Amino acid sequence: MMVSVVALARSRNLFAAVVLSGVYSFLMATVLVALDAVDVAMTEAAVGAGVSTVLLLGALHLCKSEEAKPAHRPWLPLSVAIGTGALLVYGSFGMPEFSNPLAPIHQHVVPRYLQNEVDLPNVVTAVLASFRGYDTLGETTVVFTAGAGIIALLRRRKKGKRAEGKADEK
Amino acid sequence: MKNDLVLRVVGKLLIPFILLFALYVQFHGDFGPGGGFQAGVMLAAAIVFYALIFGVPATQRAVPEWLVETMLASGVLIYAGVGLAGLLLGGNFLDYFVLDKDPVHGQHRGIFWVEAGVATTVAGVMLKIFYMFAMRGRLED
Amino acid sequence: MFGHFSYIVTVFLMVAGLYIVIARGNLIKKLIGLSVFQTSVYMLYIAPGKLVGGTAPILAPNFSIYSNPLPHVLILTAIVVGVATLALGLALAVRIQEAYGSIEEDKILARDNSVELAEDSRL
Repeated sequence: MMVSVVALARSRNLFAAVVLSGVYSFLMATVLVALDAVDVAMTEAAVGAGVSTVLLLGALHLCKSEEAKPAHRPWLPLSVAIGTGALLVYGSFGMPEFSNPLAPIHQHVVPRYLQNEVDLPNVVTAVLASFRGYDTLGETTVVFTAGAGIIALLRRRKKGKRAEGKADEK
Repeated sequence: MKNDLVLRVVGKLLIPFILLFALYVQFHGDFGPGGGFQAGVMLAAAIVFYALIFGVPATQRAVPEWLVETMLASGVLIYAGVGLAGLLLGGNFLDYFVLDKDPVHGQHRGIFWVEAGVATTVAGVMLKIFYMFAMRGRLED
Repeated sequence: MFGHFSYIVTVFLMVAGLYIVIARGNLIKKLIGLSVFQTSVYMLYIAPGKLVGGTAPILAPNFSIYSNPLPHVLILTAIVVGVATLALGLALAVRIQEAYGSIEEDKILARDNSVELAEDSRL
C-alpha cells in the first residue's frame, strides 16, 4: 500500500495516477478485512475502487490534460510533510497499543451495543440504523445535497448554446 | 464498444447477477455484512457497467433521468417519513419501538424502511453524477 | 515499538496524501491526494478497534469476543461522504477547466493576476 502511494505521488501521467488510486483502494479494502471490518471493506471496495475510479476517469476525459512539470523544487513541501509526520508519530506513542482489551475504546458504550436489544445479528447495521439513526439521516441528507450541488454546477440549458448557458448564471 | 461480442455477452450475463446481488446485500444486511450503502452503490455500478458497454443514450432509455431524480429525493423522504411516523404514533422522532405492538418487531420494520430509503438515495446520486459527467462531454462535441 | 506499528503506517499514508495535496499543482492530482488522506483516516479509526482473536462484529452463538463495531459505523458514513465530496470537487475542476482553459494551479493564478492587472490599469 505504501509503495502504491509513493508511485502515485511520483507519476505524472494522470491516467496512471487514477488506476493507481483504484489499486490503492483495493489494497485498503483487503487490509480492512484483515482488521475484521467486513462492512467497511465492502463499502470501500465498492465506492473507492468502483464509483470513485469511474468518476475520476469521467472528469479526466472532460479535462484532457497531463500534469505539467513542477515549477518549484519540492523541498519545502517535503520538509513540511516530514516534519508533520514526525510530530504525529511522536504523538501516537501515547496512544494504546494494538489490540489492547483494556483500551478506553472498548469500555462505556460498546458493551451495551453488543447486548443486542434489537435482536439483529449484524451489530453494525443495528447501530447505524437504530442506535445512531439520527446520524444516518444526516448522512443521507449530505449525499442528497452533493447530488443537488452537482446538478446545479453541471446542468446545461437544453436549447441554448454554450454562451447562452454561461450568460444564464449569476 | 457494443460491437465487441465478448463484452456484450458477458455484460448481458453479469448485469442481472449484479442487480440480484445488490438486492441480496440490501435485505440480508441484518444477518451478514451489508446494508443500504453497499446495495445502493452496487445498483449504480451495474447500471454504469451497462452504460459503458451499450452507450449512454441506450441507458437513458432504460433508466430515464426523471426516474433517477425521483429516486434521489424520495430516499431522503422515506427516511424522514419513518421518523415522522414515529412522532405521529406517539413516540419520539425516529423512535422504532412504537411502530408495532411488539417493540422488537417494530425495530425490524423501522430498520427495513430506513435501509431502503438510504439505498435509494445513494443509488440515485451515484447514477445522477455519472449521467452528468457523461452528458457533459457529449454535448460539447 | 511493535505495538504501535499500525499508527506508523497510518501516519505515513497521511503524510503522503498531504504531500500530494500541497506539492502538486494539477487539480485532479490534488483531489486524488485528498482521497488518499481520507483513506488513511479510516485506518486511523479502525486499527485500534481490532482485538486479536476476536471476530467481525456479527453476533453468532459460537463466538464470544468481537471487534469493536463503533468505528465501523463512523467510517461507513465517512466513506460515502468522502465520495460525495470527491464528486463535487471534480465537478468544480471541470468547470474551472471550461472557464480558464487549464487545470494547472500556476496557469490559473497567472490568468487571475493578469485579469486583475488589466482591470487595475483601466481604472
